This record gives sequence, C-alpha cells and structure tokens, in this order.
Amino acid sequence: MAETVTRENWPEALYDLLRDNGVTQFAYVPDAGHKALINRSLADPDVHSVPLTTEEEGVAMMAGADLGGKRAVLLMQSSGAGNCINMLSLTQGGRFPFLTLVSMRGEYGEGNPWQYAMGQAVEPVLKAMGVIVLRAETPQDVIDAVTAGITMAYQCNQQVAILLTQRLIGAKKF
Amino acid sequence: MAKLNKLQTATLPDAVLDRRQAVPALIENPDDFLMIAGLAGTAWEMSALTHESPRLFGLGGAMGAAPMMGLGLALAQPKRRVLVATGDGELLMNVGALATIALQNPPNLTIICVDNGHYGETGNQDSHTGLGVRLDVIATGAGFPVVHVINTEADMAEGRRLVREANGLTFILLRVKEGPATHEGKKNLVPHIERDRFRAALLG
Repeated sequence: MAETVTRENWPEALYDLLRDNGVTQFAYVPDAGHKALINRSLADPDVHSVPLTTEEEGVAMMAGADLGGKRAVLLMQSSGAGNCINMLSLTQGGRFPFLTLVSMRGEYGEGNPWQYAMGQAVEPVLKAMGVIVLRAETPQDVIDAVTAGITMAYQCNQQVAILLTQRLIGAKKF
Repeated sequence: MAKLNKLQTATLPDAVLDRRQAVPALIENPDDFLMIAGLAGTAWEMSALTHESPRLFGLGGAMGAAPMMGLGLALAQPKRRVLVATGDGELLMNVGALATIALQNPPNLTIICVDNGHYGETGNQDSHTGLGVRLDVIATGAGFPVVHVINTEADMAEGRRLVREANGLTFILLRVKEGPATHEGKKNLVPHIERDRFRAALLG
C-alpha cells in the first residue's frame, strides 16, 4: 500500500491505515480536505462517524473513547485548531492519546485573506498546548506521518497533529 | 447587586430542591454506572457519593467537556450504562454538544444537568438558566428522545426510573436551589491518575 500511494488514492489509503490500526470513532467538522475520510466513515458499519458542531467537542469525545478502551481520531480544518485550545487541558492533564488530522488553509497559495491568521497560528498554538506537530507535503508523507502518529499517540499517550498542507491538498481557488 | 432582567419567557417555578439530598436520591446506587462529572460542584458531589469510585472521571477544568466525554465513552462501551452529571454552566459552555449527541443517539447514555441557575464557583453570578434559559427545551429541540424535568420531590420517582430503566438517550434537568454541593472526598482531581484508575477498573 505504502509503495503505491498517489495524489489520487492517498485519502483511501489513509482511511485503511486508520482502520487497520483500530480507530473506530471518527469525529469531524466537515471540510473538503477530509471529504473522502468522512464519506468512508459514514459508509462503514463498524465505526462511529460523528459530525461535531465545534472541534473542541471532538477533543472531549476522544478522551471518553479512550476511557472506554477505544481509539478515535479528529478531522478538522486549520481554523478549528483554535477552537480546541482550552479543551486540550484535558488531553494534556489526562495524558490521553490524541491524534488529529488538520487540513491546512492560510498558507501556501491561499487566496482567502481570512484564513491566514489562524492558518499561520496552528503550529505555535498547538505546540504551546503540548501537541507534537508533523507536516505532510506529499501523499507518501501522509502515510508515513500518520503511521508515526498512530504509534506516538496510541502506544505512547502523546498528543499528535498531522498537518495536511496546501502543497498536498492544493489551495482552494477563488 | 445589579442584575440582568429575567427573560419574559421564563416559565419554570423557583427551584426548591437541595442538591445535597436530590443528587444522591436521583442516582441511588452509583456502582451501576460508568460516570463522567463536570467540573466544580458536580465533580465534588459525585466523588463524595461514589466514595471516589474508579468508575467516575471527575473534571476539575476543561469546562464543557463532560457531555462529549460521555458520548465517546457510551459509544465505546455500548453494553454499559453511562451517566454524565454536570452543571448548567458547564453544559452551557458547549451546548452544541447536545445536538452532536442527539444525532448519535446512544441508547445507553443519560445526561443529568444539576441546574442551580448560578455560577457557584466564581461568586454565584446568575447563569443563563437562572435568568430563564430552558435547557430542557434545548435538549428537546436538539432531538433527545427522552427529556424529564425535576422541579419538586414529586418529579423524582420518574427521574429515578429513567436513570435506571430508560432504553434510550435521556436528558434530565434536576433543578436545585443555589447553595454549596457536598464537598468531601477527593482532595484533588488529578486527571492522569483518574484516567489510569478508570481504565484499570473497566478494562483490566
């Protein structure tokens, strides 16, 4: 799988990777960058596909899943990272495993000026809350970084964000 | 002290129950549940009620987390009954969670809001519910299939029955007078110790 990942099929390979590693709760605020994962989770009878009203709900839900012995992942856009910040007190203080995939806006080639403030702040604010940040620039990066993040989060109780950069997913055209 | 006006739509009677009796009376035997308690009053009183049970995760911060923690836990443990006990302020901070939870509709989850209408930890300021905001109506509008309001002792028996027997996602609004929660038991809520204890007790 990892050898054949392409610009077209990486979202499918990413979903399979998460499922192969026992993730059964997918929490998300809808975003074009996560469309394939969201649709796969909705069609999968063996997982819970949980649309949120705001991203911090997902941070709390992941902690509850962990108390119950299950693995969860949070899918969000960069603007949602800011909504999570105080809720990460729970994740940090409880040493809960935390894995989030962040589709980036407000960086390479962004055409919407509103996206820059939060997009550029994602890395420093997540790091300030103790989250380890990994960046994926290519399809192969995604698989490698998420594989690493799965080990770091679920095996070592670390908090990990993988940024799906605009070089990877492309800048939205305006 | 200057106050905001009560909403003209405020229709519930003044609260008469004392939480120090009402919360234990509603929950009865806490050993039957996996429990999440929201920060401040409810975490303290649930800790005292359960004698610091390892099946209780009490929050001392991360305000607004309790209902969604309950959802993650209820989805992870569909054969166990999950009880969230939290205050009006905690619930209001993430009130959208009620919509998220209702869409998932886990039949094994009950949310009890111990509503004293005040921010008890910060100087007893009026909360939105104290001024007439109706969390029971919000829960109904979000899509909770079972919603029950406890205003007086007469409403308690049905609340007790729902906590034990309801076969469906349930929201109970327990309206209590302002005044302190039972504050004994855990001296400090250390989250990573609580996590380890909870998981060890549940998962072995």
